[in-house]
Amino acid sequence: MPMNCDVDLAIPAHRAEMHPSSRWALLGVISAGGVLGALARYALETAFPRPAGTFGWTVFTINVVGCALIGILMVLVQRVWRGQLIRPFLGVGVLGGFTTFSTYIGDIQVMIAEGHPRTALAYLAGTLFAALLAVWAAMELTIWLVRPRAPVIHAPGQRR
Amino acid sequence: MTLLLLVALGAAVGAPLRYLTDRAIQTRHPSLFPWGTLAVNVAGALVLGFVLGLPPANGLMALVGTGFCGALTTYSTFSYETVRLIQDGSRLYALVNLTASIVAGLGAAVLGYAAAGAVVG
Repeated sequence: MPMNCDVDLAIPAHRAEMHPSSRWALLGVISAGGVLGALARYALETAFPRPAGTFGWTVFTINVVGCALIGILMVLVQRVWRGQLIRPFLGVGVLGGFTTFSTYIGDIQVMIAEGHPRTALAYLAGTLFAALLAVWAAMELTIWLVRPRAPVIHAPGQRR
Repeated sequence: MTLLLLVALGAAVGAPLRYLTDRAIQTRHPSLFPWGTLAVNVAGALVLGFVLGLPPANGLMALVGTGFCGALTTYSTFSYETVRLIQDGSRLYALVNLTASIVAGLGAAVLGYAAAGAVVG
């Protein structure tokens, strides 16, 4: 598994993807994916805004769901799907654009400024913990789901 | 509708910029430690802090805050890399990555906010 899901230059396929022949297609799908992910995040943030002084449940959910999805995606990209633009589009683009570190930090800053340091701390630690758990659990579950199954061997003469 | 377009425009630039920055940093400093993601996340927190310090403007927040900073930064890659470090036995790197991201991110946000205050006056 790559150490970095955006780009890991230790992996030959990742090193090759900025080749002049594929560079613009690559940056194009990352950009398009980023737009889709960011618009989905914007729609959710607009539909469920955070009331002042409260825990940011919308961005918390966005980030944790995005983390579960990257866990699933990276296992599938490694073991099932072979397309070269799947990881750049879905992982770097859509999920990178959907999840956000800046809003997470900005919301902590605003919660403290609003006079709710304990909510800020719960949000800080809660997101971190849930996000890591989501990546790990999603990876383990997907690895289990796509595990190679032992072939069924029929003994000679055995009826199928 | 205009706000949607501004979010899209910011994200169209932010997401590929994250990829290019990460690649450039890995090319110059090959390391197991995820410097690239740390860099874009802290930079995005700095810029968002600056925008939060300016007088509220929906268009600017959509373009730069939600679109550009939101797509430049990432929680999915940050978490994935941390989990991979733990799985690889580099628990110290994982802990340093978590701590540095949060501390530097919050520091950058406060700095950006203060800078905006100084600019606006």
